Amino acid sequence: MRDVLAVFRRELMPIAREPFGIIFTLLQPLVFLVLFGPLLEGMLPAEAFGGESTWQWFVPGILVMLVVFGTSGTGYTLQTELATGSFERLLVAPLSRAAIFIGRSMRELVPLVAQALLIVLVMIPFGFTLHPLPAALGILLLGLFGIGMGGLSNALAIATRKSEWMFWSVQSTVQFPLIILSGMLMPLDAGPRWMQAVAAFNPLTYVVEAERALFAGHIWEAVVLHGVIAALATCVIGLAAGVLAIRGATR
Amino acid sequence: MIETTELSRTFKAGKEKVEAVRGVSFQVGQGELVALLGPNGAGKSTLLRMLTTLLPPTSGSAAINGSDVTRDSVAVRKQIGFIGQGNAAGHHFRVDDELISQGLFHGLSLRESGARAADLMEKLDLTDLSKRTVSTLSGGQRRRLDIAMGLINRPPVLFLDEPTTGMDPHNRAALWEHILELKRQLNITVILTTHYLEEADSMTERVMIIDNGTIIADDTAEALKDQLGGDTITINVASEGADAAAALLETAERTDEADSTTFRLRTERADRRLPGLLTGLAAAGVEVSGVSMRQPTLDDVFLSLTGRSLREDVQA
Repeated sequence: MRDVLAVFRRELMPIAREPFGIIFTLLQPLVFLVLFGPLLEGMLPAEAFGGESTWQWFVPGILVMLVVFGTSGTGYTLQTELATGSFERLLVAPLSRAAIFIGRSMRELVPLVAQALLIVLVMIPFGFTLHPLPAALGILLLGLFGIGMGGLSNALAIATRKSEWMFWSVQSTVQFPLIILSGMLMPLDAGPRWMQAVAAFNPLTYVVEAERALFAGHIWEAVVLHGVIAALATCVIGLAAGVLAIRGATR
Repeated sequence: MIETTELSRTFKAGKEKVEAVRGVSFQVGQGELVALLGPNGAGKSTLLRMLTTLLPPTSGSAAINGSDVTRDSVAVRKQIGFIGQGNAAGHHFRVDDELISQGLFHGLSLRESGARAADLMEKLDLTDLSKRTVSTLSGGQRRRLDIAMGLINRPPVLFLDEPTTGMDPHNRAALWEHILELKRQLNITVILTTHYLEEADSMTERVMIIDNGTIIADDTAEALKDQLGGDTITINVASEGADAAAALLETAERTDEADSTTFRLRTERADRRLPGLLTGLAAAGVEVSGVSMRQPTLDDVFLSLTGRSLREDVQA
């Protein structure tokens, strides 16, 4: 735990030293939301969103998307550090391997939490209802999922450390189907059968549905439990993959 | 302090097995300064990576202060500082932040880490740079920061992998001054790899020459050079006087060329012997067209051990 905090603190320092950079990061998803939300609203009938306001349906999806984008690219920073040698120094320090990954993924989650808060606050005047406790749980769940995604991304970075484009091509090849087939941006109910079938095997689907339930104010529902299981599994698998990748690379 | 027994490491490159380090056994005592000298690909870095727990040995063992590098890797990591070939500090971090983080990684409190960071920056002339971003530092400044980071846990053993490669002579000299001064102040054991002959020769106390994954010589630079039997004198004479010269320079190795002949002889104190030789040759009427004398270097040692020169490798 102490190791996690030490790594987390290190990764946070550049943000703390350059707080201006984060403002743009914060604004990006808002722009996305403002441009994409109205299109969606006009395209599909209200029933497609479970009868709730479009925003109520759309905001949790955007939050999940931010986590996926934010953490799936974290391996790139690792690749840079592998190339320059600064990662080697972490490996020679008496740090637990898992702590290195958890700390790094947590750093990616900091702007996400800020983004989530900002989005939610901005959307309230547009008919978005905030249920504080379930929403907070929703963000925790996203954190858990994000740590797993970060671990997977780091594992990929180590596996493809010889070439940078390889990392990006695998990352985006995997990322886009995952996002679309989770019903994150568009309701899949309107899509063909096979898409719905594939979505059932996508852990992201369960996380997205759990987030929607939580942001709608429901905690004690089966979808939430499924989401927690999916996030936990991603977290454990992601960290294990990261640690194994390091062991494999130093063998 | 450091002890290895039959330490070996094999890599698989496709179907072929590459034996990078083959059964290396040695001991290094407290406070020693040892250079691992050898051409690229000799196994220096692989050896260092095994000693610093970055690479598990294929067979054999190594221990730092009694802690085994595979079984007690965490105990080893606490006792060593490692300065790799790359830069330890992340490029978009600030100098002082990275140093303090490194202290926290070693379990120091924030206050203690801050104090040590300030002290090391002072010792390594980094204090003025403490608020700079690492990417804006020059190569020499980064290297000094690397060394500061390697020392934050006050390790009894410091490993440096090619610490001065790519630096200009001025910066290299300055870095060496820092390394030697820190070693004197902290009485630490220092092991470094280098392919700069002059460095191994003039800066370190003990030189291990590595070639093809084995240690082929291990002694002080002086002793290694003494084994070669002293300095070399080379005399060129015109071919008419060659036979007369051969009679005088009886122990010399002779090579005949088109219109001149070269004699090469090994001797102690070439500076004292040469005037007498030249007077003798003049008295015998031999026309001397060229003279040179050379003290042996570690390259000569390497050459006599392997039949190859280290310099060719450095230039390649």
